[in-house]
Amino acid sequence: MEGIDRTTLWTVIILLGLGSFGLRFVFTGLVGDRVMPEWLLRHLRYTAVAVLPGLVAPLVIWPTGTGGNFDLPRLVAALVTLGVGYATKNVLAAIGSGAASLYALLYLLG
Amino acid sequence: MPSSHPRTPYWQGFRDGLPFLLVIAPFGLLFGVVATEAGLSVFETLTFSVVVIAGAAQFTALQLMSEHAPTAIVLASALAVNLRMAMYSASLTPHIGAAPLWKRAVIAYFTVDQSYACSIVAYEENPSWSVAQKTAYFMGTVTPICPMWYGFTLVGSLIGSAMPSGLALDFAIPITFLAIIAPALKTPAHRAAALASVLLSLAFSFLPYNLGVLVAGLGAMMTGAQVELWQDRRKEDL
Repeated sequence: MEGIDRTTLWTVIILLGLGSFGLRFVFTGLVGDRVMPEWLLRHLRYTAVAVLPGLVAPLVIWPTGTGGNFDLPRLVAALVTLGVGYATKNVLAAIGSGAASLYALLYLLG
Repeated sequence: MPSSHPRTPYWQGFRDGLPFLLVIAPFGLLFGVVATEAGLSVFETLTFSVVVIAGAAQFTALQLMSEHAPTAIVLASALAVNLRMAMYSASLTPHIGAAPLWKRAVIAYFTVDQSYACSIVAYEENPSWSVAQKTAYFMGTVTPICPMWYGFTLVGSLIGSAMPSGLALDFAIPITFLAIIAPALKTPAHRAAALASVLLSLAFSFLPYNLGVLVAGLGAMMTGAQVELWQDRRKEDL
């Protein structure tokens, strides 16, 4: 697309870089080893399982690869990945079986 | 996770980060291609990835700039997409907050979905690790991930629009994250938080700029904390 203005582009790159670093540094850097209250720590313990499933769920139900249309192979692949990962606690086994079921179903149904 | 192996935390992190190449390679490639098509030079594209180092936010900014949105809107939207990084930062702080400032700055720069997800799971499984071992593990996860983000951005911008399609590569992201999260669902509180996250994220997906994910994250953290409290109380009653 001709027409992203060079000043805009570099302003965005630099300020977005600074802003993103600021978001990442705000606690790690500024709080450091000061003790945080127990109620806050109790919430922070669940950050990973609270954010990542929410990040993934819309991509499973409305996949970008199908223009947002529901896709059975992708849903099944997601459930297989989750189930195998939960049962085996093995990340690579989960990825492998998820990818295998995705391609198998895309082949069978496609 | 095999924590009994005589592997150093750095190499354990390296190994745990490796599967994410499946995500980083196509995602970086795609950003390079899309940025080139939007008129960015190879140098501009690579600088974008090195300075910002956040795929989803970069795509958001690029898209809005192509639509000639005002600079303030571009920045606000892309930063909103990145707000979850502040949650990651808070979550990492109890583990690595005692590291030297320069190390915390390096960790902050490299805090991405993948390095955070691997590290927080490993820290919970290895509570005996020292701060130095925890930072070493973190840098281990970063080693196969972040240089590849730069590298594949560069490759994408060099090959331009000759992208492979039809490989369903969009789904590399959900599969790798689900694989990381599934073994972490070890208590009822963790499972309740994950379920709340999915339901809230879908219910609030109408919100612009990925804000639904933030609503889901906050709601799910509260769910996890409440279930933990409720369980502790039940244990005391028994």
